[in-house]
Amino acid sequence: MITKRIIPCLDVRNGRVVKGVNFQGLNDVNSPVELAKYYSDNGADELVFYDITASSDGRKIFTDILRETARNVFIPLTVGGGISGVSDFERVLSCGADKVSVNTGAIMNPNLIPEAAKLYGSQCVVISADVKRVGGQFHVFARGGRDDTGIEAISWIRRCVDSGAGEVVLNSIDTDGVKQGFDLEMLKAVCDVVSVPVIASGGAGSIDDFIKLFKTVPGVDAGLAASIFHFGEVAIMDLKRRMYDENIPVRL
Amino acid sequence: MIAIVNYGVGNLFSLASSFAAIGQHVKITSDSNDLRHSERIILPGVGAFEDAARKLFSSGLAEPLIDEAHHGKPLLGICLGMQLLFTKSYEFGEHDGLNLIPGDVRPIRDVIPADFKIPQIGWNSLHITNSSGLFANSHEGDYVYFVHSYSAFCDSGYITATTDYGAELTAAVQFGNVYGAQFHPEKSGNAGLNMLRAFCEV
Repeated sequence: MITKRIIPCLDVRNGRVVKGVNFQGLNDVNSPVELAKYYSDNGADELVFYDITASSDGRKIFTDILRETARNVFIPLTVGGGISGVSDFERVLSCGADKVSVNTGAIMNPNLIPEAAKLYGSQCVVISADVKRVGGQFHVFARGGRDDTGIEAISWIRRCVDSGAGEVVLNSIDTDGVKQGFDLEMLKAVCDVVSVPVIASGGAGSIDDFIKLFKTVPGVDAGLAASIFHFGEVAIMDLKRRMYDENIPVRL
Repeated sequence: MIAIVNYGVGNLFSLASSFAAIGQHVKITSDSNDLRHSERIILPGVGAFEDAARKLFSSGLAEPLIDEAHHGKPLLGICLGMQLLFTKSYEFGEHDGLNLIPGDVRPIRDVIPADFKIPQIGWNSLHITNSSGLFANSHEGDYVYFVHSYSAFCDSGYITATTDYGAELTAAVQFGNVYGAQFHPEKSGNAGLNMLRAFCEV
């Protein structure tokens, strides 16, 4: 039986993980390579690296780090951040990324998803959408959640999937950082209209939040989180054992 | 030396890294001499069958690959690389494969329940039906990482592992010295590395 995936997300700036972690036994808590290996050895099903670097120098450091990580970590690796053209796909795929997540790039350039899907296959094109309620409607936000595009989110995500995206990461700005649980209503709305895997992001504060997510919205395939894993509030293996006890299919 | 066939398709970096991690010397190559001089060959692949088959046949590497396989050299096809080992694929039309394993490749949509997502993306467990060869170091129920919308259909005698995705799908095959894995052993953590180790010992 296919399992529900648990995915830690690492924000990387100039080749370093932003916000350190407080795990025992890591020499360098800001090293993406060490952290990726730690997570891989401790139950993560997949990793997301988000490059929040602004400069081209930083981009170069990021790809070096990515290559070093892919040399040492043998679970799927998704890379996002600053992906605006197919040359960015080439840049990170050649360094060992398995999937590339596009966000603002897909809003600015509607051809990006179909072009990338044609070149590299839908399986490596992930649409990552930052979505927030505005006047009773779901809107897509650009530039890291700063700009309201005014675009209705659910039909936009569906168009992205129809044009070649093979997976959806739905990040609810409304629940992000609040740690009161995932945005089940928004997730259900997306699961109802797409037939590709949907990854929930934004709002995880406890193990119970993941259990509720997978029980309430069975269409969700994976849960993504950052700080609760990084700060040791939730250990991935504890979460997965609990999922197992709750009869949620999980890789132990 | 293990030759990884480079015909312009697939994530060769991860594959090479995973063999390096188990202490094996690999060469990513598009030179037919390397295929001849290698001890083992890996045929990778992601994306669409037609495009990959066209690239493989036009690369001039298909012929030496078939030759080496016929002479008994261990060959492992991974993901789309496994599908290319078969006689035919019905992905968007009808396309010839390498015909190293009798059988064909068809949409999983034909056999799985309507409410299952396509592609199958994620970790699924193996039901191992032949624990020699690729699975000499594996355990029943090992989890491996899949990404696919098509699957191989062949004589059950060639199937070495299946996976349950609403229907029993072919996960791995063996036909003499020709091996195939629908999943990505190079992305399946230690369980996958154990399979690559086993392939290095067949």
